[in-house]
This record gives sequence, structure tokens and C-alpha cells, in this order.
Amino acid sequence: MYKYNEFDEAFLAERNAQFRAQVERRIDGSLTEDEFKPLRLMNGVYLQLHAYMLRVAIPYGTLNPNQMRTLALLGEKWDKGYGHFTTRQNIQYNWPKLRDLPDMLDALGEAGLHAIQTSGNTIRNTTADHFAGAAADELTDPRPYAELIRQWSTDHPEFQFLGRKFKIAITGSSADRAVIKAHDVGLQVVEQDGKTGFKVVVGGGLGRTPMIGQVLREFLPQADLLPYLESVLTVYNVLGRRDNKYKARIKITVSENGIDTYRAMTEEAFMAIRGQYDGTDQQLLEEIKTHFQAPEFRSAPTDAFDAAYANDPVFRAWADTNLHAHRAEGHAIATISIKAHGATPGDATAEQMRVMADLAEQYGYGELRISHQQNVILPHVHKNDLPAIHATLKAHGLATANIGLISDIIACPGMDYCALATARSIPVAQEIATRFDELKMEHDIGHLQIKISGCINACGHHHVAHIGILGLDRAGVENYQITLGGDATETAAIGTRTGPGFAYDEIVPAVERIVEVYMAQRESAEETFLETYRRIGMEPFKAALYPEAQKKVA
Amino acid sequence: MARAFTPKVITANDLLEGDVIYFTAEDTWTRELSEAELITDEADAQLRLLEAEKQNIRIVGAYLADAKAGPNGPEPTHFREEFRRTGPSNYFHGKQEAEANV
Repeated sequence: MYKYNEFDEAFLAERNAQFRAQVERRIDGSLTEDEFKPLRLMNGVYLQLHAYMLRVAIPYGTLNPNQMRTLALLGEKWDKGYGHFTTRQNIQYNWPKLRDLPDMLDALGEAGLHAIQTSGNTIRNTTADHFAGAAADELTDPRPYAELIRQWSTDHPEFQFLGRKFKIAITGSSADRAVIKAHDVGLQVVEQDGKTGFKVVVGGGLGRTPMIGQVLREFLPQADLLPYLESVLTVYNVLGRRDNKYKARIKITVSENGIDTYRAMTEEAFMAIRGQYDGTDQQLLEEIKTHFQAPEFRSAPTDAFDAAYANDPVFRAWADTNLHAHRAEGHAIATISIKAHGATPGDATAEQMRVMADLAEQYGYGELRISHQQNVILPHVHKNDLPAIHATLKAHGLATANIGLISDIIACPGMDYCALATARSIPVAQEIATRFDELKMEHDIGHLQIKISGCINACGHHHVAHIGILGLDRAGVENYQITLGGDATETAAIGTRTGPGFAYDEIVPAVERIVEVYMAQRESAEETFLETYRRIGMEPFKAALYPEAQKKVA
Repeated sequence: MARAFTPKVITANDLLEGDVIYFTAEDTWTRELSEAELITDEADAQLRLLEAEKQNIRIVGAYLADAKAGPNGPEPTHFREEFRRTGPSNYFHGKQEAEANV
């Protein structure tokens, strides 16, 4: 894992000291809110419905146990005892006080964490495959590149005032777990003729105009990463619109000008910029790579795992849903669900964070991950330790066996916290999870992703959900639109709207009807919801959702 | 005919605490919507907002929010303002928690 050097530490300490002074100047009246707001946003501080909110970056979703304990400390000391993990591998604190924020940032700094560029029209936290460095299907660990991008983009003078925010995601696997096609720039580490490089995707995004990214470069040599990214950003900075906030994202720039024009302009800029890189970035990359060397995976029998799997049905259910194939023999990737049925998706208490940190330290080679699906991951565990890990998780409400199932819901904070929201998301997620837990159906239903956004900005990724839910304000009443058939993987797709929306008390029954159609129509238990939808199309679902409309047509 | 004016209250967030506050008829700030000044005259609304914004050193983002008269003072007409005066629905935090501790 990356460890800050003296430069990093000094930079962050200075930046935090500057913010402390800015807060003081706001409090003593030297700064107006108009002057202070851009400064606080640059440091991750929002003002939400009920309180300030601090958004802390978890670069490429990777944490060590000490950092996780620091996140717990912040929740306990300066918040209400918990934190909320987000869909961009950040953590948010919903209740900090203005005077406490500089202390919170200092505490983070000591653990090698920060909140820089978690807001504002800048390059945001670069997200990565949460199984990076661990997945059996991975070509290369993408995190050294993500760290290089973090260092390059942090405080980059040319990109502090972009037309809009800019989000980059990276994966080292052809199985896309980082939703790279829904980002401004998506990177996939690939190999060509034995050389490492990147497939570069541009112009994806969700929000009010959802778009799937297009390939800008099939193969970009590793050494060209930063100059090429700089070229993409430079073109966007000049060509991108600034007249209309909603048309200022790169997806609009690419779609209005065409991918071919965007590519030609990027290549032209690249010719000019490439010469400015003298190889220092590549030396730095080599140094960064030494921080990400894989642990020495131990070799041991798996008898304890095998025995628990054979004899303990609760453990077996958890192992079947929450484990993923690891690249090292005898090991597994374990996802800890922080979505107990009826709980707020993505919330973990300070105590739970400490438990997970301890498990990572004791059994997990000192590593934790946060996924954009709002769960926590122990990326490297030996299978024989899993029964003990599971027992500890169970004792702390962390052993829910629901990864990839209908209750593993992504939900944005929605109207319960967010100043932009038009409807609530969290209670809808809670009620869907509770309902399907009561029905005892979710393991039978199988892989089904529900994602809920409380406004059109789509932080809850509803467009790429199998069942997407968008909460809106219709004449002063919460109303929920449903989309079906979205896909967040390498076969990314935007879901299609079913039709008119549903009232708050109608949305859970509507989801239930959709699931009933799937269960009745699937050809076998192996055919997933998405496969069934792709085979039978929208009509049977519409018929179940809008029986009155069907009658009129008949 | 012009549309009837919907009564308003002035609301903002406290600079230090960040919590929801309301402007009173005495030019002070209260945590309770029921103690806010209900502005029923459209001509007054902008003037009162300017008055409230004079206190921008202690508050953030003052705006006029729709409200209606109730038996115990102003009440929200929109669910957003209902959440602001109550707190989130997933935890007993925010104003609902503060009131329970009184």
C-alpha cells in the first residue's frame, strides 16, 4: 500500500493549516460565504440539509487497518458514531461542526488520508476495481496507476477550475467491477505484444444525460498515461461548454463534437504535451509500484474451511454469496456486507469499523477495500481463517450473506441528508431489503442489482441497475420512476424506463411485481434477472406494473 | 389575475453548527419553525430576506421557504422542509433528537 513520503506529508500538513486559517477567517467575518464556499468544497466540506458534511477520499478504495481506525475515530469523536461509505469509494460524515473540521482533517492527515478534491470542478478521487491486486481474473494491479493519477491530479494548477467535476475509474481486469464506462475517463489495463498499456474510454457518465463511454484509444502505452490524460483534460478544458452547468461534462463535449473529433484533438494536444514529460513520472511510477507488491501469501491446508462449509449452513450461505476467487491458492476475497436487512446501505458504526480493521490486521495481510457498491472487502484472506472471520462478523452484525443479491442495494443519501435530493432513497432501500428478507426469497432470486438515486444526478447509479429507482418530486410529493435492464459491468447498458412513476408507498410492491414476473418467466434458476429481461423484453414487466393501461388497450 | 402569494418563512443554516434555523419577527434566529415569522405579504418577503442576510456572518444560505399558518405557528407545506425541521428518517438524529433531549 502507498505510504506518504515527506513531500506528501508536508504538502498535506500545509494544506490543512491553510484550511484551518480559512475556517477562522470565515468565523471572524473576514471571508463571506461566497468566498469561503469554494475553499471548503476543495477540502470536501459541504453544507447539507441538517448539517455540514465531510467527504473523505479513500483513494482507489484501499485502506490499511490504521486508516480504518482513524475513520472510526472521526465518526466517534466528531460525528454521531458512524460513517457512510459512498458509491465513489469515499466516506461521508453527516454531522460535523465547522470548528471541528480542521481537527478532523489533521487526524486524517496523520493516517495518510485527505478530503482534497472530493468536491468542486476538479479531478475527483480516482476509483478502482475493489478486488484490485487480488482477483483471479486480473491482468495487473491497477492501483499504482491510480496513485500516480492521484499525485498528478492533486492541486494540478491547470485543472482546478474545470467546467465541471471530472471522474476517472481504472480496472486491471476485463471483468469490469469499477463501472469504467460510466466515468468521464475509464481506464482498463491491457497488454499488447507483451507490453502493458491502457484501453482508454471517454465520455461516459450518469446524471441527467446518461451515456456509455466510447473507446478513445484501444492501446495507450504505459509511459504515455499522464501526458495522454493531460491531453484529454486540456481538450475538455478548452472545448467543453461553460455556458450551461448541465452541458459542461465531457460526455456532452464528446457527444456534441463526435468521438473522432475529440480523438483527433486529443492526439494533436498529445503531440505537444508528450515532450514535456522527461521520464520523471515513470521513475515515480516504479517507486509507487514497490508500495503495491503483493503480500507473501501463505501456503496452508483448507481443512477448517472445508469442515465449516460442509457442516454450518449459515457459513455456507455466506461463503456462497460473499466470497470471490482469489489469485493465490487457498485464498479468497471476502466481501463484508454493510447492508444488513433494514439497515442504511453503506453505513458502518465506529465499532464495526474497528472490528473490520482488527480482522484485516489479524487475518487479512493488513488490507481493506471499500467498493463503489458500498461494502467493505478483505481482499486477501486464507480460506482456513474464514470460519473465525465469519464468527467475528456475525457477532457484530456484519455477516449478512447478500452480496450481489436483491438486498445488496446501492442507495444515495437522498432527501434524508442531501441538499440536492428530490426524494428519499434510504428508506426505500431499507423497505425493499426488509420485504425480501421476510419473503425468504433472495437466494432463490439470485443475482439482482437494485440501485436507488434520490435525484436526477444519479449518485445511486440507478441507470446501470438491473432495477433502477429514481426518486423525484412531483408536485410536492415523492414519486419513483423505475428503469429495467441497466448493466454496470463490461457489457454496460443504460436501463429503460418502465413508464409512469410510483408513489412512495407503491414502490416496494412495484418491485415485488417485477420480481414475480422474473420468477415466473425465467427458464431456469440459473437464468439471471438481467438475462431474462434481455430475452423477454419490457412488455411482460409493463403488463404487471400497469394492469389498468393494459386493460384500456385491450 | 396574479397568483395568490404563498406565505413564507426565512430559513438558513447556522454557520458554526450547520443546523437548520429560522428568522423571527424580532430579527433573531430560532431552531424552531413554529417560532419563525410567517410572512404573508409578498412585498415584505424580499425586504425581510435582506434583513436576514445582514446577519450573514453567523448564518449560511438564507432563503424563503413556503409555509402555512398552523395552530402552533408556521408549518411546512413541502416534504423537504418537513425533513429539515425534523431530521433524517433512517436515524433519530437532528432536530427530532435535540427535542427529545430537552
